[in-house]
Amino acid sequence: MPLTDETRAAAREIIARYPVGRERSALLPMLHLVQAAEGCVTAEGVDLCAREIGITAAEVSAVATFYTMYKRRPVGDWLVSVCTNLSCALMGGQEVYDRISKKLGVGHDQTTPDGSITLEHAECLAACDYAPVMTVNYEFYDGVDEGAAEGLVEALQRGERPLPTRGGPLCTFAEVSRQLAGFEDPRPEGIAGPGFLEPSVAGLTLAEQAGWRGEVAGSSAAGPAGAVPVEDVPVEDVPPDRVPADGARSGATPAAGAPTTTPAAPAATKSKGA
Amino acid sequence: MPVTPVLTARWKVPGIWTLDTFERHGGYDSVRTAFAKGPDDIIKMVKDSGLRGRGGAGFPTGMKWSFIPQGDGKPHYLVINADEGEPGTCKDAPLMMIDPHSLIEGIIVASYAVRANRAFVYVRGELVHAARRLRNATAEAYRAGYLGKDILGSGFDLDLVIHSGAGAYICGEETALLDSLEGRRGQPRLRPPFPATHGLYNSPTVVNNVETIASVPFIVNNGVEWFRSMGTEKSPGPKIYSLSGHVTRPGQYEAPMGTTLRELLEMAGGVRGGRALKAWTPGGSSTPMLTAEHLDVPLDFDGVMAAGSLLGTAALMIMDDTVDMLKVVRRLTQFYAHESCGKCTPCREGTTWMVQILSRMERGQGDPSDINTLTDACDNIFGRAFCALADGAVSPIVSGIKHFPEEFAAAAQPRPADQAQGSSNGVATGPAALAGAH
Repeated sequence: MPLTDETRAAAREIIARYPVGRERSALLPMLHLVQAAEGCVTAEGVDLCAREIGITAAEVSAVATFYTMYKRRPVGDWLVSVCTNLSCALMGGQEVYDRISKKLGVGHDQTTPDGSITLEHAECLAACDYAPVMTVNYEFYDGVDEGAAEGLVEALQRGERPLPTRGGPLCTFAEVSRQLAGFEDPRPEGIAGPGFLEPSVAGLTLAEQAGWRGEVAGSSAAGPAGAVPVEDVPVEDVPPDRVPADGARSGATPAAGAPTTTPAAPAATKSKGA
Repeated sequence: MPVTPVLTARWKVPGIWTLDTFERHGGYDSVRTAFAKGPDDIIKMVKDSGLRGRGGAGFPTGMKWSFIPQGDGKPHYLVINADEGEPGTCKDAPLMMIDPHSLIEGIIVASYAVRANRAFVYVRGELVHAARRLRNATAEAYRAGYLGKDILGSGFDLDLVIHSGAGAYICGEETALLDSLEGRRGQPRLRPPFPATHGLYNSPTVVNNVETIASVPFIVNNGVEWFRSMGTEKSPGPKIYSLSGHVTRPGQYEAPMGTTLRELLEMAGGVRGGRALKAWTPGGSSTPMLTAEHLDVPLDFDGVMAAGSLLGTAALMIMDDTVDMLKVVRRLTQFYAHESCGKCTPCREGTTWMVQILSRMERGQGDPSDINTLTDACDNIFGRAFCALADGAVSPIVSGIKHFPEEFAAAAQPRPADQAQGSSNGVATGPAALAGAH
């Protein structure tokens, strides 16, 4: 998809977010924008950023080549990132990566011949309590194992879009790149996608089990004004058009610590028990 | 074994990420309180609370705010460091994904206190869902009059931009973050001058971590004494401890500062499968590893420092007795080699060469001189770079050699290829040990 007047208009919209005279602050979001339009950062994309901001193409390129999320070759429909850093590695993240790599026949930063999947091993994805984790176009698939991960990429290759465990339903790389450029996700279901499973609220669950009712357990001090008993909040209070999925899945989550919580890939076959 | 949900208290409330629900749970109350008190009172309150930065350094937040020159005629900025990405650290991502308005509420109060009319959240690029929820919350807050011109009739203006990064751990370093936010490569600046006087666009800037700023509304609402009723004298308040790795129930546990690993492990069901604890990080990969000897160290800023490490972000990566320390250290060193921004030679070259030495040792081609070479390289990296990434990069190696000298000494002997453990890129000692752990 070529760069159009619409791209340039969006670029100016980005620039307008920053103080006058500080147009260069728009560069990172603008690089996400041109990547959304062309699937990677091309010479034309660099040029557009340089012209709109009023800096040289060399200055733009220096920035574009510094950050790992800007790609120099077209990304497949699905950017599959597997964390292989320590917490994930402890729980089998490397094995997950190896399995998918073998399955797809591609290595790090490579795309399958059909152009559907680009694989990368990611540095820490800030989801260590859900290890091992992977993302597809930056939506989380938590607590995967080798079989679940393989099932997920198979489903993607069949053209399915398995739901992530946290995040919005999968959208294309172009669409997610546009969101990275700072534009709101137009899909209500994207914003409403689940925000947590049990690990995020493990301490809170413990407090509830200990009889905590919005007060600070183990202290005589009054609880924070914002805390009310969770039980008192009727779900019906939430406007129907914005019913969040948060928590809806937490009941279906196996005990945290079992690294196999992947409702994401229905076709997944578990290679090992938890 | 106290658990003190404060920042995490609303996380199970369905739809807490929407403004209506957030307001029904006391959301944005502190904004009105702050406007009634005045900015100087808020700074004093945060100072008196003893709140210390939750991003790792533990710098007193109120003091940082008071460094901002007032009446200088320059624009002031508040920048939220939401570039979470250090191995083990995973507390800000859930906060932003689940309860984004709580961060925005803190931003309004903090900006009002330091007289900043523009604020930015620099959110790590990969955290798309967090940014999505933050953008939605920002739009809702604008519509409700919590952001924009003359907020709630106070005369105070604030504009907020959610700015996604593009994949660079170094941008969690505050001056690299500022350069990145200015549209440059994320490389650290020489300090002084500090951001308090010469920050974003060379103007007075406060850079604070997500958890730090999200703590502020609770202090404003409940008072200094309430905050100080939790935690320790020098590190008051609650803290989100993140447990990951070989633990039965990994997750976020908000408990008073100074809680010990023994207590946290009890909450989290212990080391998986009842196995023995071998090593752990108290605050992410850049903090020196500790061992089972340190189970009762109070996990606050001073307690961990006295034990020879750092509280960092209270990201506890738990490793049981199946791990091969050489592999763990190699994996973490690879991270630093990948994430070094390349500005300073000791960090750029040192991390790369250390990965090569560690990998060679793993392949069974160690040399008795390797330990000295590694130690010497670490000496020449620590404190010799613009930023703390370099200091963090040597932590796994130095602490690994210190606590597990026999393992490293053994790996520094040449071994036949079939005895070397470099066959897998994972971190377990070998297939047998790993199988036993499941």
